[in-house]
Amino acid sequence: MADWIIDVVSWTLLLAGGAAGVIGGIGLLRFPDFYTRLHAAGVTETLCALAILLGLALQSGLNLATVKLIIILLFLLFTAPTATHALARAAMVDGVEPEVAEDDSEPTPGEPSSNT
Amino acid sequence: MTLVMVLTTMAVFATMGLALVRALKGPTVYDRILAVNVFGTKTVLVVALIAHINGHNDLIDVALVYALINFIAVVAVLKLTKMRDLAKAGKGDITDG
Repeated sequence: MADWIIDVVSWTLLLAGGAAGVIGGIGLLRFPDFYTRLHAAGVTETLCALAILLGLALQSGLNLATVKLIIILLFLLFTAPTATHALARAAMVDGVEPEVAEDDSEPTPGEPSSNT
Repeated sequence: MTLVMVLTTMAVFATMGLALVRALKGPTVYDRILAVNVFGTKTVLVVALIAHINGHNDLIDVALVYALINFIAVVAVLKLTKMRDLAKAGKGDITDG
């Protein structure tokens, strides 16, 4: 019974992590400017890695592999926001402008203005 | 059990493909670095998943080392594109402030 519950929880985590990865990848491809793409990449780098590595740790039980998976997870959770912050700061200093709507009263309609 | 892991691996591969497309298209150099960063993180996940599917627990060490190298590589490439020199420090450096 306990094994069954652990299996179901870990399958759910693995599939949710894969879904989060694909969603973030689509956002990375389709969002209009660099800063919104950073937001999409943040989803894949923290949520996807967290869910998949926790799912694998639940699958493998209590052994050294789980300890290593948890270490990878902690390391990713520390470094991914650091790298994202460094990227955003470098782009901001370099003069990459975020896209904003021209007029507050009339937000731009559906299509992104300069999607490449 | 293996089916779920193979499905997850396929999803992560799809994410890697999307990130690769962005790295090839991406108008600014920062888009490319961001896409390469996402690609590296997904590589860590793929290595961990394959280690678990095959039962080769040693491969998890590879994933751990890849996670370390990926962060260092991204920061180093970012500094190289920013300062044109890895040893130089100055205004606008990613490490100042």
